[in-house]
Amino acid sequence: MGQTLAEKVWNEHVVRSAPGEPDLLYIDLHLIHELSSAQAFDGLRAAGRTVRRPELTLATEDHNVPTLAWDEPISDPVSRTQVETLRNNAAEFGLRLHPLGDVDQGIVHVIGPQLGLTQPGMTIVCGDSHTATHGAFGAIAFGIGTSEVEHVLATQALPQAKPRTLAVTVHGSLSTGVSAKDLILHLISKVGTSGGQGYIVEYRGQAIRELSMEGRMTICNMSIEWGAKAGLIGPDETTFAYIKDKPEAPTGAVWDAAVAHWETLVTDEDAVFDKEIVLDAAEVTPFVTWGTNPGQGAPLSAAVPDPADFEDEQDRAAAEKALDYMGLAAGTPLRNIKVDTVFIGSCTNGRIEDLRAAAAVLRGRKVAGDTRLLVVPGSFRVRLQAQEEGLDKVFIDAGAEWRGAGCSMCTAVNPDSLRPGERSASTSNRNFEGRQGAGSRTHLVSPQVAAATAVRGTLASPADLEPSFI
Amino acid sequence: MDQYTTHTGVGVPLKRSDIDTDQIIPAVYLKRISRSGFEDGLFANWRKDPEFILNSEVYKNGTVLVAGPDFGTGSSREHAVWALQDYGFKVVISSRFGDIFRGNSGKAGLLAAQVDEKVVQKLWDYLDHTPGGQITVDLETQTVTAGDSLKESFEIDPHTRTRLLNGLDDISLTLSHDAEIVSYEASRPAWKPTTL
Repeated sequence: MGQTLAEKVWNEHVVRSAPGEPDLLYIDLHLIHELSSAQAFDGLRAAGRTVRRPELTLATEDHNVPTLAWDEPISDPVSRTQVETLRNNAAEFGLRLHPLGDVDQGIVHVIGPQLGLTQPGMTIVCGDSHTATHGAFGAIAFGIGTSEVEHVLATQALPQAKPRTLAVTVHGSLSTGVSAKDLILHLISKVGTSGGQGYIVEYRGQAIRELSMEGRMTICNMSIEWGAKAGLIGPDETTFAYIKDKPEAPTGAVWDAAVAHWETLVTDEDAVFDKEIVLDAAEVTPFVTWGTNPGQGAPLSAAVPDPADFEDEQDRAAAEKALDYMGLAAGTPLRNIKVDTVFIGSCTNGRIEDLRAAAAVLRGRKVAGDTRLLVVPGSFRVRLQAQEEGLDKVFIDAGAEWRGAGCSMCTAVNPDSLRPGERSASTSNRNFEGRQGAGSRTHLVSPQVAAATAVRGTLASPADLEPSFI
Repeated sequence: MDQYTTHTGVGVPLKRSDIDTDQIIPAVYLKRISRSGFEDGLFANWRKDPEFILNSEVYKNGTVLVAGPDFGTGSSREHAVWALQDYGFKVVISSRFGDIFRGNSGKAGLLAAQVDEKVVQKLWDYLDHTPGGQITVDLETQTVTAGDSLKESFEIDPHTRTRLLNGLDDISLTLSHDAEIVSYEASRPAWKPTTL
C-alpha cells in the first residue's frame, strides 16, 4: 500500500521507533520567539545543557514588539525585559536572531518562508500553535510548549506519537472574491473546533492546487483552530517557484537534488487516509465568525444564529454564552454589525498578497468616519515590498494606520489592543474572549472583507461597496 | 520531575466547553520570564466576575478541575499549565483536551485525565450535591473516585503515565538515545537548510 505525504515526511525523520513508545523525530528547523522561550533557556542552564544544533535554530522578536516607534527602546518594561532576555539567550548560545529593527524581523511564520528556510519535507517546530503555517510547503510543522522548546534545543529531537491522517479534498474552484480565509473558516464551521483532533491533515484538490503559497499558508495556519496536529499541502511547481531564489534556498546542483526529492513528496495514488472530508469550492462564500471560537461562523449573507436552533445541548449553551459576550441578538443580519476597529495582519493574513488584496479594495475609497483601520505587515520585508508597490500610500490615503511588523493585535501582547466592549473585524485566527484585549469582541474575516468592512463600517464584502472609479 | 501516584482534593466544576488557553491565562500574563508566579493570570478575566466559581469560598482551595469538553484548545502556551499548577491544581478532568495542552501537562506534571462525557456529568452532579466534595485521582489504577459510589476509569497515554509515575525527565530519556541521533544526523541530506 502506498503512503500519504504526511507518512513519508514522518518516516524520513524517525530517529528511533520502539513498541509502546512515541517515535523520536528529528527536527530540521526550530523557530524561537521571545514569548515562549525564556524558561526553556533557563532549563538548559539549570541542567548544564547547551543548544545541540544552533545552525538549525532561528530566533526573532514578534509578539511583544511595538508597531510604532520600533526604532526606540520598548517602552513597556515587562515586554522589554522579555525581548532583552531573548537577545541575551541568543548571544549566549550562538543563535541567529532577527531583532526589532532588523530588516528580516517579523512574525516567525512569515520570516521562515520568506528567508527560504521553510522547504518541503522538513520537520519544523516552534513554541507557537500556528506553526502549521509552514505545512503549506509540504513540511510537517507543529506548535510545541516551552518544555518541548527546551527539549528540542537540547536534543534536536522530540518524542511524538504518530498522528492519524486526514484528507480534506476541495473540489472545483473558489469563486471570484472568495479567498483561502473564507475556505478555512467555512471548513471549521462545518467540522467544529475539535474536528481535526489527533490528525495530520492534508489539504488537496483543485481549489487547493489553485491557491498561491500565501493562500496555502492561510489554510495551513488555521489547522490548529479545528484541533489538528498539523496541516500540509503537497509541494508542486507553485511551491518550487516560491522558494527558488529566496536567500536560504539551495542553488545550482543542490537545488536540482532538492527538487528531485521534493517531487517525490506526494501522496501515493493507493495511499489510504484514516479519514476524509470532501468540500465543494463552489459552496464557499465570504465567511465571518459571529461567536467566540473559530467554529462559530457563517456566510456573510446570513444572520446571527438563534441558539435555540442548535440541536446539541453543549453547542446551544456555547452559542448563548458567545452571543451574550459578543453583544449580539439572534436574527441580526451579519452585514448590519457595526465594527469599531479593523485589523489587517497576523501570521494568517499578514503577507504581501493579503496586503495587495486589501489595497485593491481600498484604492480610491475612504475608511468610514468612526472606524479605525490598522494595517500591520507580517514582517519588515513585507512592509518594504508593500511600500515598493505603493500599497502604503493606498492605505494612508484611505485613512488607515500603516504600522511596523509583528503579531500586534492578533494577540494584543504589545500595545495594539482593543478596549473592553470594542468590536473588531480581524484577519487574524482567533476570536476567543479577550483575545484582542480584555472584553474585546472579534469577528474573523478575510483581508478583502476586512477592507470592505473598514469602508462601510459594518461587516461587508467588496461586492457591497459602491463602485470606485479609480 | 516529581513522581505522581495519587491525589485527593476538592473538586471544582467548571461547566463550560471550549475553554481555550486564552481563557485559562490571557496573553498579557505571559510576559513573565520566570517559571513561577502565574497564578494571578489563571482565568484572570473570568475571576473579575464575583460569581465565578473560583471566587466562592467553597472552591477556593480546589485542586481537581472538572471541565467541559475541549479544554485547553488554542494557543500552545505552557503558561496555561503553569498557571493551573501555581494556583494549586493537580488534576484537570475533561472529556477532550487540546492536543498541545495535554502534551504540555504531561511534560510539566499536571495530570490531564480524559474521561467519557457522562463521567464529567456524574462528577458535576456529585459536586452539585456535595459542594466542596473531594475527588481522588489514582494514576496507578487510572481511576477517579468521589463520594461513596462514584468510581470511573480515565484515559491517559501510556508513555506519559509511565513518565509521571516514575518522575522521569523527558530530555534525559532522549539524550540516552544520543548514538541514534548522531547516526541519524550523519544521514541527513546536504541540501537541508541551515541558519548559520
